[in-house]
Amino acid sequence: MTRAQFEDRLFGALRYVVIALLLIATVVPFYYMVLLSFRPTGELLLHPGRLWVPLHEITLSTYKNILEPTSKGGQGLLGMLRNSALVSLGTVVLTLAASVPGSWAISRLKFTGSRQISALFLAVYLFPATLLAVPLFVMFARIGLQGSLVGLAVVYIAQTVPVSIYMLRNYFTTIPTSVEEAASLDGCNRLQTLWRVVLPLAAPSLIATGLYVFMIAWNEFLFALLFLAATPSKWTVSLGLSQMNNAIEVPTTVLMAGSVVLTVPVIILFYAAERFLTEGLTTGADKG
Amino acid sequence: MNPTTLRPPADRPEKAPAANAPGAGRARRSPMARRRNLAGLAFVSPTLVVVLVIVVLPICWTILLAFQHARLIDLQTMNFFGGWTTRNFRQVFTAPGFWSSLATTLVYTVGGTLGSIVLGLVAALALRRPFRGRGIVRSTMLLPYVAPVVAATFVWETALSPQTGIVDNWGQHLFGWHRPIAFLSTSSYQVNLLGAHVHVPLALLTVVAFETWRYFPFAFLFLLARLQAVPAGIEEAATVDGATLTQRFRHILLPQLMPVIALLSVLRFIMTFNKFDDVYLLTGGGSGTDVVSVRVYDFLTASYDVGAAAAQALVLAVILMVLLGVYFGFFAKRVQEEEA
Repeated sequence: MTRAQFEDRLFGALRYVVIALLLIATVVPFYYMVLLSFRPTGELLLHPGRLWVPLHEITLSTYKNILEPTSKGGQGLLGMLRNSALVSLGTVVLTLAASVPGSWAISRLKFTGSRQISALFLAVYLFPATLLAVPLFVMFARIGLQGSLVGLAVVYIAQTVPVSIYMLRNYFTTIPTSVEEAASLDGCNRLQTLWRVVLPLAAPSLIATGLYVFMIAWNEFLFALLFLAATPSKWTVSLGLSQMNNAIEVPTTVLMAGSVVLTVPVIILFYAAERFLTEGLTTGADKG
Repeated sequence: MNPTTLRPPADRPEKAPAANAPGAGRARRSPMARRRNLAGLAFVSPTLVVVLVIVVLPICWTILLAFQHARLIDLQTMNFFGGWTTRNFRQVFTAPGFWSSLATTLVYTVGGTLGSIVLGLVAALALRRPFRGRGIVRSTMLLPYVAPVVAATFVWETALSPQTGIVDNWGQHLFGWHRPIAFLSTSSYQVNLLGAHVHVPLALLTVVAFETWRYFPFAFLFLLARLQAVPAGIEEAATVDGATLTQRFRHILLPQLMPVIALLSVLRFIMTFNKFDDVYLLTGGGSGTDVVSVRVYDFLTASYDVGAAAAQALVLAVILMVLLGVYFGFFAKRVQEEEA
């Protein structure tokens, strides 16, 4: 056997081993999460090593406990779901509204300082959240927006606008200019062109960007912790779960049920829009 | 719009007349170009204002606060300018554990960046050629990256827990561990290596492993996209010439991937260097995982010392910029030389 043949066979076989190991590493933690969420706490303590749940043991009480409002003795996750949804949807709307005109302008219209502004938008992507945390914390304490969901959504714009501009700009540049020129010949002004021609064409990209922004806002933890920790009625799911983990003795299985509730919406959105998302994010990567 | 009116580059009006000499007799700037210029500014201004107000302005304020005597209770009364002091920086640099925390941050960042890119590269290479079910495998690989950080850290915490965790349980059965290992709360674990006692920063390594696991999909996604754009012809030619698989990887694929790897290194380094939630949620910054971003949070919420928190965040950002400067000055030049 030549060296080339040997290597081909070795790596040919290794490849499937690697794929199997990676699948285990990515799927098993989530499987474990779902599994624990259906197990009674007592059974978990008795058999911590089990990777399956005997049918007669399966319980939904964990979900009941985590979702029910605190007035009924639960953990009140349903209310937190509402908060998370409101903040995330608000962030999507605000972010898209803020980033569409700018990203179209830097991809299409050449104007004084367009290159500098374009560079600024990219640079903002790299500004660390820790630098923003302190002044925003102070500013919100000062104007009394602390503990408000609107305030949190405004802060999230700072987290999502850069990546949103990046994704939208990449897409806008792929739309042929002739389409916009035709629209302007037909008598559209620029606003009409953007609204009636460009945005419908960019719908896939808008959806992808919107979903990505939604996921960032839904998953965010640091700013929720900084701004909302003192107001339990406004807690998002992420913040609420982490506070339950710290403060009160909530059983692990109940926390796992909460984690499932937190994760499922993101996973559904992700699989629904996976193709849009991966393309939107990696456009440009294949150009080296 | 016809192409000739688009010709003068409007963002450099002063050079436009020289660039197209025949048309130079007209106004320095055509009305069309001026209108386009205004339209561009009009469209970009809402976005620009948002970015300035919620990103650039706060960062400038961080710089001010870092040089001011500012505690949260004084903020209602204090003014934007005034109360200057360098006390915050003295406090940051002399605070116990600052330098070790910086070292921890570096280990965590380099470990997490390297780990996620290497694992991402391995995954991208394994999934390069089509096979049945590749699409679903590919999207499944992205799960750790898209899942909420709180849920992901909970699962790790639970699985690694010495009481109810599956890892210690299996470890005791399969590998004969004598007692449970507290992965996330052991700052130094003694390992017997060929008779020598080696101390391993276990919690820090676990956090790095988490970082690798959570962010390898990011590298994987970019590397796979780049791999699929590598023209098949070169590799086929190399195969015909008798190059083995490892040689083809080393001499054909790797050079093609290098720009993406360099970009990913920078991106992941920046992101990990400032990462807060992963470490905070896994260990709370204890057991030798006290990264600088957690210290910023502690200054802010435990002692309400806004000035010190701002100074700490600023120091972190400056160190990051210096490191990036070194990287671009040194490695980027070398890459250019190699390409030339």
